[in-house]
Amino acid sequence: MGMREKIIDRAKALLADGTVVGVWGWKRGEMPGDRVPAFFETAEELDNDFVYDCFCAANVSRYLNGRKAADGRVLALLKPCDTYSLNQMLGENRLEREAVYVLGIPTGDMLDPEKVRRAGICGLKDAKQRGAEFVFDTADGEKVLPRDAVALEKCIACKSNTHRIQDELLVDIKDQGESPVRFKQVEELEAMAPAERFAFWQKELSRCIRCNACRNICPVCSCVKCVFDNPANPVSGKANSETFEEKMFHIIRAFHVAGRCTDCGECSRACPQGIPLHLLNRKFIKDINRAYGPFAAGTDDFGMTPLTEFTETDPEPSEVVASGGGQ
Amino acid sequence: MRKIPVTDLPKLYAEIAKDRQLWLPREDDNRVEFGLWSDGANVSLTGKTAKSGKDFFFPQTEDIVRFRMNGKEIDINSAPTAEAPFVVFAMRACDAAGMDVLDRVFLVDPKDSFYAARREVGTVVTLACGAPEDSCFCQSFGIDSSAPGGDVATWMVGDTLYWEPLTEKGEALTAAVGAVLQDAGPDGDAAVGQVKADATKAWDAAPFTELKPPVVAMEQTDDIFGLDAWSRLSEACLGCGTCTFVCPTCQCYDIQDRDDGAAGVRRFRCWDSCMYSDFTLMAHGNPRTTQLQRFRQRFMHKLVYFPQNNDGVYSCVGCGRCVEKCPSALNIVRVMKAMETKA
Amino acid sequence: MSCSCDTIRDTLIPTLGIVTDIKQQTPDVKTFRVTLPGGEGVCFSHAPGQCAMLSVPGVGEAMFSITSSPTNTNYMEFSIKKCGRLTDWLHDMEVGQHLTIRGPYGNSFPVDTELKGKDLVFVAGGIGLAPLRSVINYVRYHRSNYGTVDIVYGSRSSADLVYLDEIKGEWDGKDDVKVHLTVDREEESWKGHVGFVPNYVKELAFPPTKTVLVCGPPIMIKFVLAALREMGFADTQVYTTMELRMKCGVGKCGRCNIGSKYVCRDGPVFRFDQLDALPEEY
Repeated sequence: MGMREKIIDRAKALLADGTVVGVWGWKRGEMPGDRVPAFFETAEELDNDFVYDCFCAANVSRYLNGRKAADGRVLALLKPCDTYSLNQMLGENRLEREAVYVLGIPTGDMLDPEKVRRAGICGLKDAKQRGAEFVFDTADGEKVLPRDAVALEKCIACKSNTHRIQDELLVDIKDQGESPVRFKQVEELEAMAPAERFAFWQKELSRCIRCNACRNICPVCSCVKCVFDNPANPVSGKANSETFEEKMFHIIRAFHVAGRCTDCGECSRACPQGIPLHLLNRKFIKDINRAYGPFAAGTDDFGMTPLTEFTETDPEPSEVVASGGGQ
Repeated sequence: MRKIPVTDLPKLYAEIAKDRQLWLPREDDNRVEFGLWSDGANVSLTGKTAKSGKDFFFPQTEDIVRFRMNGKEIDINSAPTAEAPFVVFAMRACDAAGMDVLDRVFLVDPKDSFYAARREVGTVVTLACGAPEDSCFCQSFGIDSSAPGGDVATWMVGDTLYWEPLTEKGEALTAAVGAVLQDAGPDGDAAVGQVKADATKAWDAAPFTELKPPVVAMEQTDDIFGLDAWSRLSEACLGCGTCTFVCPTCQCYDIQDRDDGAAGVRRFRCWDSCMYSDFTLMAHGNPRTTQLQRFRQRFMHKLVYFPQNNDGVYSCVGCGRCVEKCPSALNIVRVMKAMETKA
Repeated sequence: MSCSCDTIRDTLIPTLGIVTDIKQQTPDVKTFRVTLPGGEGVCFSHAPGQCAMLSVPGVGEAMFSITSSPTNTNYMEFSIKKCGRLTDWLHDMEVGQHLTIRGPYGNSFPVDTELKGKDLVFVAGGIGLAPLRSVINYVRYHRSNYGTVDIVYGSRSSADLVYLDEIKGEWDGKDDVKVHLTVDREEESWKGHVGFVPNYVKELAFPPTKTVLVCGPPIMIKFVLAALREMGFADTQVYTTMELRMKCGVGKCGRCNIGSKYVCRDGPVFRFDQLDALPEEY
């Protein structure tokens, strides 16, 4: 039995015994690699449309925001990384724990459709991971590409493949631990001279079209009303009224999610302009780890983070600056 | 028809850029986007640009008027800024058709003077497509990718670019850069025929070949508006503006003020999206409170309301950018298929 | 009216007006008199039911109906309820303040065509009388062009009735105009009718030969329409004026689009049979 069938079986059972009223998962979109986050309410819908494969990168936690138990409990199919987001949302009381039944599902690496396109894959039909490679079934026959060339950045920089919250696990998973290259890109940025780094961000952020996809897809950008949507706020929510502001939007957003960001990578995946937004957040994560000791937001659902909790051992801001954080 | 060897294109660019700004697809970090041409620029004439190029005529942000507040008095400063002539090179047939849609909004009475001024000084040079991408479906809207519009149409065959002016503005540009162009002779028709043949073959194998937009009479509007499918179609919509902002035909805008302190108040307009939750928000309520309603409005407008008001012309040109860019893999194709069953 | 200057000056660029008088109508409604900066004359001519964009730079810009009649060429008037950032600011300003103004926008009530010769009933609730006042005063000015004129006007309380001086001093009982006032709840000092506007319309039992112009809160409009249908009125005999968020005023910014209509350009005045043809999103 394939993974898709295993998930469908379990989901159907949970629907049938009334544990859940629906299932958040994925179905096929219009393009061969398109997977649409979708809500399934019947066994027929699952049989006909449910899909789980190496294109299902979307983190469905986002869709649980605001969910109440009274709305009916839903089954959330969460990959290990997705559970961090749900935990963080629970810790911030963005949904009720009883509103969701988590089925932890295993994951391999997810594909980045943009990288796949760029790698010259045309007429894509299907794809499968085979160890450190992906095998593509295309109109021109089978093509094999190394995983590093086509996998999503968030998978290459995987933080852990252990589920952090679940009502049940579909199968037992052996944790591979943190990717050795998780902070490589951040280190490269840190190694740059300030002017070079400024130029890097200047260029990247100048591509921003202020579509707000990064904000709207972020599981922890869960404010009921975003500060950028406040009409009384002179900072516009949808235009760069000046070039400075365009940069500030992302920097302010990074500060707002600092210590809460679970590094799920959805911001960069969603960005239509390909801006590596996760690097801002991951830099914060790296600095928090150094200043406060190793910490991963969403490891549990307590909602406390080093930046929202004071302890006497917290470093003074001056120490952080002196240790290089102020650069 | 004229022609120029592909190896001489830098000469053509230099000639165009002599007296006007030249915007063309440039590749940078694996991303292709319209950029200002400069000598040595990495020009990329394959594939589509990340955005359509509508921003040259309808920028994402533009100042419309300035005010100075002095006690109870207000000074209005609306001195029009002179627009410099420019050329957008290698726009595709879909995006050029998108300009026709924008014209139907901005050039009807009362004319939008900001847009009109840029239309006046901007010349569109299109490049025919013989090899549409998987996400393309311009032909669903009757657009021939191998015979693009614009002021000048061009075709790339082998190592030659063929050049045909289509409008007076196109003739003027052709005359201005005539020094680097040669007469195409009989080669021209053959080249156009070649691209057309390539395109026909490619379209036959393209994923959305069969896709057709709905034809909805006024009295059928309610049936489409009331489709049960809207709920499933919109359930994963994040309410971001990606589809809107990459769209060559979306033209909704907002007007906002920014207080620049001593410099006065700047009133600017900026792109807006009907997908945003505050689009129709008023001081005393909002007629569209759910994402379903906002999602439905966007597609009803493109596929039903706009054609009803514009002799059947749709406000979609099948460029496929929303298909590629939506973070949730939602797009107008899914909507068209759902409407197909009803209309 | 077409303007050949539209390529020189964009419709989005406003002109100046000055506030020459401010009158507190109710606890949260003020009427502002606006003229050309010189202190007299209207900023532009308009037809009854049309709107204008008023703005205070840096605060905001919004669409308001012009409540004065086009027959008044000395000044324009706007009755504005305090309900947001811009309106708060307007309520705090003093006479002599400059504003920016642009317009006129939208269609108007068909006073010189469909409404001519008709027996008219105006039905208004609260601030909804503001757009109808322009029509009422136009009709009074050209009184012989119309048949009977009835005005049914109600509000939450007597303190929330606008233009009370004008209604009592100039409208009611003059030129064969009848005004029927009502308030939602009993009040010690209120001797007039008590009850909701839709019920009052039913009580007044107008024959379904008249033509009705209605404006007020959406819920009131809904029940008035239901009452009129019950009384035998056809949707083609009933007009209303709509309010949606608008930015440009000329059918381009997309905000007020409902179905194939733009409220700012194709409205704000609609006959109910025209509204019926639109998706219910207002």
